[in-house]
Amino acid sequence: MTIPITYYLVLSAIVFLTGLVGVLIRRNIIAILLSVELMLNATNINFVAFSEHLRDLGGQVFVFFALTVAAAEVAVGLAIIIALHRSKDTINVEQFNLLKW
Amino acid sequence: MYALIPLLPLAAFLVLGLAGNRIKERAHLVAVPAVVLSWFLSMFAFFEVAQGAPINQPLYTWLTSGHLDVHIGLYLDRLTVVMLLLVTTVSSLVHIYTIGYMHGDAGYARFFSYIALFTFSMLMLVLADNLLQLFVFWEAVGLCSYLLIGHWYERAPACAAATKAFLVNRVGDFGFMLGLLLVWYSFGSLNYLDIFPAAHEAANLTMNVLGPFGGTWNVSVFTLICLLLFTGAVGKSAQVPLHVWLPDAMEGPTPISALIHAATMVTAGVFMVARLAPLYNLSPTAMTVVALVGAATMVLGATIALTQTDIKRVVAYSTVSQLGYMVMACGLGAYGAGMYHLLTHGAFKALLFLGCGSVIIALHHEQDMRHMGGLKDKLPVTYWTFIVGSLALAGFPLTAGFFSKDDLLISAWSSGPLGQVLTVLGLLTALMTAFYSFRLVFVTFWGPSHVDKKHAKHVHEPSNTMTFPLIVLAVLSIAAGYVGIPEFLAPVFGHGEAAAAHHGDAGFAIMIVATLMGLTGIAGAYYVYVLNPQLPDQFASRWKALYEGSLNKWYVDEAYDRAFVKPTLAVATDMWKRIDVAVIDGAVNGIARGIAWGGWLLRLVQSGQTQHYALAMALGMVILVTVFLVF
Repeated sequence: MTIPITYYLVLSAIVFLTGLVGVLIRRNIIAILLSVELMLNATNINFVAFSEHLRDLGGQVFVFFALTVAAAEVAVGLAIIIALHRSKDTINVEQFNLLKW
Repeated sequence: MYALIPLLPLAAFLVLGLAGNRIKERAHLVAVPAVVLSWFLSMFAFFEVAQGAPINQPLYTWLTSGHLDVHIGLYLDRLTVVMLLLVTTVSSLVHIYTIGYMHGDAGYARFFSYIALFTFSMLMLVLADNLLQLFVFWEAVGLCSYLLIGHWYERAPACAAATKAFLVNRVGDFGFMLGLLLVWYSFGSLNYLDIFPAAHEAANLTMNVLGPFGGTWNVSVFTLICLLLFTGAVGKSAQVPLHVWLPDAMEGPTPISALIHAATMVTAGVFMVARLAPLYNLSPTAMTVVALVGAATMVLGATIALTQTDIKRVVAYSTVSQLGYMVMACGLGAYGAGMYHLLTHGAFKALLFLGCGSVIIALHHEQDMRHMGGLKDKLPVTYWTFIVGSLALAGFPLTAGFFSKDDLLISAWSSGPLGQVLTVLGLLTALMTAFYSFRLVFVTFWGPSHVDKKHAKHVHEPSNTMTFPLIVLAVLSIAAGYVGIPEFLAPVFGHGEAAAAHHGDAGFAIMIVATLMGLTGIAGAYYVYVLNPQLPDQFASRWKALYEGSLNKWYVDEAYDRAFVKPTLAVATDMWKRIDVAVIDGAVNGIARGIAWGGWLLRLVQSGQTQHYALAMALGMVILVTVFLVF
């Protein structure tokens, strides 16, 4: 039996929202990074689901791009986190309001 | 060449005004030669005009707009040159006197620049060939008087007096301006030489004054024009009811009092009425008003002068009274006599003021007569010249004031029944005039000294620059009487008047009565203030109401204060509180406060926290999606 696409979309939405809420409310910067990954993966679920549904491999190919970009982002992100930790001795985001002029 | 007469003082004003800070105590080296030179030129002008026809010299076109065509021009007829001589003579002497009087004053150069401007304005006023030029310099004269009365601007009374002079004059000038517009409306021109010939043809013009309000009240245009223009003269020449500024103008330095009272400011009104004689002659109603206002001023001024204790105020009210004589004469058609008195009065009133100035300087700025006395030996030159001036003012035989006042009264008597009533008033005023002018002499120069002990030892005659003008003016106060001014001016005002002024039996009688009045006044003052010094106090307590009234200037100032000043202040305060503070300040501060509040609110948005920005992005996305889904 086939699982209807709605299920995938609902799952994707749940994962995306979990990620979004994580980004918005977590204080630990590593947890935020994890949440971002969740959001990316939620979109990946959508890509794969639509790819299957539309019989088009383009969606699945795009997932690899997304994974690659996510890996790169994690590498850069971790480097930034280490740099931040060195200068401020913390990775609590409330301590960082550097975007304020 | 005649253009130089006013231009020289103007140049002096410009030089002193622009470079006064560098010239400072050498300012008189600029101003005095300029004015004296313009006196010389005035003499030339006098002799040229005396021999020939009037000169009309347009200098340049000032305004051309539609039918309005105004030149700056010079018009010299016999009336003008007589005024030129008066203005330049008195002004030159006042300039010289100022060297001594204002010596060491911080505003020395400024004072000289202003009196030069004053002289220039008055000369242009006198030389004007059209009404607009007259009006412009009429205003300039007012401005100069404001600047000069307020010369010691750090003293509050001086500022108040300057403002008062300016404001009271504005009341009159408003009327003048309306009159000017009406002349333009009726004649389509403002030039004397266009108006005067056209006046006769337009004599029967009437105008519905109540037209705009739906009523009907036809008034002769000439009456209206003359009355409106006369309002200006009432202000400038300090006639009732706008006389209140002139005595307060005493707050200025004494030379300027002399200039205002003798030659410039106050003579402008009388001059204007005389200048516009062809218009006034066409309106008997206006003439009557002019005569009555003049007579009222004459009596009122004299009654107030009787009791004043400030030495300059006595002389100031005497000017008010004498101006009343002149205006009354003009109102009775005796323009020549009025101008004659104006001229002689210029000489002896300048003398009296400058004499007061000498006394004031000698006593270290003491102006209260009760603190004077016994000065005649210490200030001989001032004393003797002052005596000459007082005799002239009192109309003592063979002084200038005697001739001009008699001429004036005789002309008034021969002008008709109204004139005869007013002549009687004039004779009574002559009695009062003699009394108060010699009261001044006796209280100041005779009797025991009441001078402050500190200054008493140092009282001495002022410098030569101050005594020289006194002597010249004393000579003029006698000599000016022997110049036949009314006959000289007859071509300007028509020959009818010269004939009327013939010394008939009535004329001789009036001369005798006037002389007796003058002598009685002098004798009365001698009896009261020298023989029985306790009498004034007895008079004061017996006729308390009269004495207090006169001392307080018949409460005119108080009445104005109630009627105009207080309500104006109340309205202004109200407007200030309700409109300025509540509305305008409220709006300005409200806008500022609103923006500050908005800024505070917006500042909250910028937290610097990535999460907050992410939240904003997320919310935005939700809103956008919702909008797309719903609509």
